[in-house]
Amino acid sequence: MRIAVVGAGPAGVRAVEVLAAAGHRPIWIDEAPEGGGRVYQRPPAPLRRDARALYGFEAKRATALHAAFDALKARADWRPETLAWHIRPGAKRLHTLHRGAQDVVEYDAALLCTGAMDRVVPVPGWTLPGVTTLGGAQIALKAQGCGIGRRVVFLGSGPLLWLVAYQYAKAEAEVAAVLDTTPFATKAAAAPGLLRGGATFAKGLYYIGWLRARRVRVAEGVTPLAIEGGAEGVTGLRWRDAGGREHAVACDAVGLGWGLRPEAQLADLAGIPFRFDALQHNWVPVRDAAGRTPVAGHYLAGDGAGIGGAEVAELAGARAALALLQDAGQAVEAATVARLDAALARQQRFRAALDRAFPFPAHLAAGLPDDAILCRCEGLRAGDLRAAARAGNAAGPAPEMNRAKAFSRTGMGRCQGRVCGAAAAEILAAELGQPVEAIGRLRGQPPVKPMPIAAPRPASEPVP
Amino acid sequence: MTTECEVLVLGGGGAGCSAALHLAQRGVRVVLLERGLVGSQASGVNYGGVRQQGRNPAELPIARRSRELWGRLKDITGTEAEFTVTGHLKLARGDAEEAELIAYLDVAKRHGLPLRLVGRNAIHREYPWLGPAVVAGSFAPDDGSANPRLLAPALAQAARAAGAEIREHTKVVAQHHAAGQFELVSEAGQTFRAPVLLNMAGFWGGAVAEAFGEPVPVRPLSPNMAVTEPIPYFIEPNLGVVGGNVYLRQIPRGNVIIGGGHGESDPAAPWARPLPEVTLEVLELAVQLVPELAGTQVIRSWSGIDGKMPDGIPVIGPSRTTPGLFHAFGFSGHGFQLGPAIGAIMSELVLDGRTDIPLDAFRIDRFPPAA
Ligand SMILES: Cc1cc2nc3c(=O)[nH]c(=O)nc-3n(C[C@H](O)[C@H](O)[C@H](O)COP(=O)(O)OP(=O)(O)OC[C@H]3O[C@@H](n4cnc5c(N)ncnc54)[C@H](O)[C@@H]3O)c2cc1C
Ligand SMILES: Cc1cc2nc3c(=O)[nH]c(=O)nc-3n(C[C@H](O)[C@H](O)[C@H](O)COP(=O)(O)OP(=O)(O)OC[C@H]3O[C@@H](n4cnc5c(N)ncnc54)[C@H](O)[C@@H]3O)c2cc1C
Repeated sequence: MRIAVVGAGPAGVRAVEVLAAAGHRPIWIDEAPEGGGRVYQRPPAPLRRDARALYGFEAKRATALHAAFDALKARADWRPETLAWHIRPGAKRLHTLHRGAQDVVEYDAALLCTGAMDRVVPVPGWTLPGVTTLGGAQIALKAQGCGIGRRVVFLGSGPLLWLVAYQYAKAEAEVAAVLDTTPFATKAAAAPGLLRGGATFAKGLYYIGWLRARRVRVAEGVTPLAIEGGAEGVTGLRWRDAGGREHAVACDAVGLGWGLRPEAQLADLAGIPFRFDALQHNWVPVRDAAGRTPVAGHYLAGDGAGIGGAEVAELAGARAALALLQDAGQAVEAATVARLDAALARQQRFRAALDRAFPFPAHLAAGLPDDAILCRCEGLRAGDLRAAARAGNAAGPAPEMNRAKAFSRTGMGRCQGRVCGAAAAEILAAELGQPVEAIGRLRGQPPVKPMPIAAPRPASEPVP
Repeated sequence: MTTECEVLVLGGGGAGCSAALHLAQRGVRVVLLERGLVGSQASGVNYGGVRQQGRNPAELPIARRSRELWGRLKDITGTEAEFTVTGHLKLARGDAEEAELIAYLDVAKRHGLPLRLVGRNAIHREYPWLGPAVVAGSFAPDDGSANPRLLAPALAQAARAAGAEIREHTKVVAQHHAAGQFELVSEAGQTFRAPVLLNMAGFWGGAVAEAFGEPVPVRPLSPNMAVTEPIPYFIEPNLGVVGGNVYLRQIPRGNVIIGGGHGESDPAAPWARPLPEVTLEVLELAVQLVPELAGTQVIRSWSGIDGKMPDGIPVIGPSRTTPGLFHAFGFSGHGFQLGPAIGAIMSELVLDGRTDIPLDAFRIDRFPPAA
């Protein structure tokens, strides 16, 4: 059986481990040069530091995952720096690009472990040089060993906000402020459920406590007003506190983010239906608890199948690989399946509490001022999208997301709405007076990421 | 619930929306039924070529009339749908192709279509960014391109303003004719009744014709499309080639839209996708025409579904089986430009019983009966 695995993050590594143990040699694809995925991204060799410094509490997990990856490389057809840019579920073919060379991977079963990306809410000024996502800020630290600025403000909500701020402070960068848009009360209300997360929850509290103890400026329930600066970059940030007072803080960089959204374009192209997960406030591909999808022969695991975090990704990767083997008629150990299922169910409950503790700030997105940039690829403002939704538009009103894209070009640029899509949906839904899940989601179209047009073949080279 | 009117239009592509507009402008009570949103099929996803050059001579009178309407689109609908008269430059990549360009000059002349041959010396002087594979071109100064995403919705909006009723999300699942009345039933169980029915359902028009006892050999056609990230604007004319295996245009904001070859589709879904192999092949052909495109990033590719007739021209005109039924479908990959005029022509067929445009070549009974 030909098995293709896309992604070598926690989910992909544990999936390939199960498949290799069962005697398979999957084709294993990742855009990155090395395994590890987002959370355990490895710096290029010359910049390697010890795991403890890079991954903190996660050092043990990171080291274990890297070791597993290193051992598995030889037991799979490992294809690094390879983008899977299209998938055709009927023909069962993946189209890949490796350093300018096109290739086709034929498979009988595909396991997509494509991970997640930062979820962004535009704030006036968010396109200034010096503004990055929280994940981007973290990767700069992990992979390049340098921070995004000398005096950094972190803005957003979710576990990553506190983690990244902590990692910066630990690395001796000046953290000018940590601004959490979620009110303390919302988090407190979710605390009982969060306790289920045990160590994960404890770590979160530790970061917050650590930052406060070092007198880092921290505020909760804030409303960001604007990031200020000019062509040379960010100079400061203005916000309003929970009591309605305005504040300003000087900084030369801002890291912002509101949780994650699945990188699910391949799943979309594979024809897997999506559903709106109200708790995560994300569109997620449909799958069962084991990772089976309604499209036979196609499996999903990890954050790309709905945000669950690194621990869940490892469990889910192994579980989806077992499902694949089960469906292929191969014997699997019932006890292993039961153990994974129980662990996944437990994590699921913790995750729900986490999503309740850090709800997506739909009101902030919906309230983006008309003149603020919404779609940075196309240089469109929030007002452009609102205008497209209105009946006064010469082409008539846009009643759903893809029509609004067609009229306004929102989400039509390089990123195809991966960055602005979540906020654009809130703006359109608010303008139409509809719940966000009622206005649909942007359709995926190949290529998954921008793909360069090849140079002409030299005349001597035969045309295949 | 039953809705009664004078004319029912089945299909909200560019052609159907234009028909609704022209009928409403003449005071007819018209209801248009569209399965999804207007312009969500071929009319909304096409390449955007507004081209007369190279058409089958039978189509040129319609294309000429449509071109006149395109020029007034802003007055008619409130938006020009980004229609820009950039000219259309059709290129030859060898002697045989050049001979074809020369042969077409006569056709153009007979139909009053301005066309200028750009010879071997002039072509690289006038368009220094063309690759060495190009040997000659023919330039149609009146042609250009427009934004397909806007045309049908804008025509529909103007039709609404003129009094037409546009029913979106209304999929017709049954159609009958009895006692001089058509009765259409939607998936949701609504009934629509009128003495006149316009079958303007694109590829799916074939099924409608069949339901009235006149099947035609229409097949799905899914041109393969791709678009690049914005690059500095330098390709002014809409470019085509003899044979049509690649065409491309750049919009002033910088994106280059590249078409050629065919994708895959399932009209029953309906669903259409580009084929990756075809995309790559067409990009290679595009670089042959314009070498500077190498290295530019493709950000999106797509396809759509049009109806293709064996002779490459649509079915237009009255039914031969059912009085009050008129067809206009199967535009075979080039009906975006024609859409505005098709609506005008259909309104004339319905209200005046005649039109100045010769339609004989488009008769529905021109195909031999299926074996
Ligand atoms: C920027 C960022 C930082 C994060 N930091 C933390 C953190 O510090 N702590 C924490 O607990 N969680 C963190 N998370 C969440 C964490 O990434 C996930 O919970 C975990 O990594 C999920 O594992 P995964 O295997 O599902 O996906 P990932 O680890 O994201 O791995 C997915 C892999 O698939 C590859 N891929 C995706 N699409 C394609 C394609 N089309 N072709 C080829 N390859 C492809 C990617 O290159 C990547 O290597 C972070 C997430 C992001 C986005
Ligand atoms: C990718 C592509 C590129 C093209 N490029 C060009 C170009 O550059 N220049 C050019 O001139 N032409 C081009 N064409 C052709 C052009 O788009 C079509 O010929 C034209 O849009 C057809 O218009 P239409 O109104 O007949 O069909 P459509 O736009 O398909 O409209 C028919 C409508 O009928 C509706 N319908 C069908 N069945 C039912 C039902 N049972 N109930 C209710 N509604 C129904 C459909 O939903 C659809 O909206 C291209 C086509 C494609 C697909």
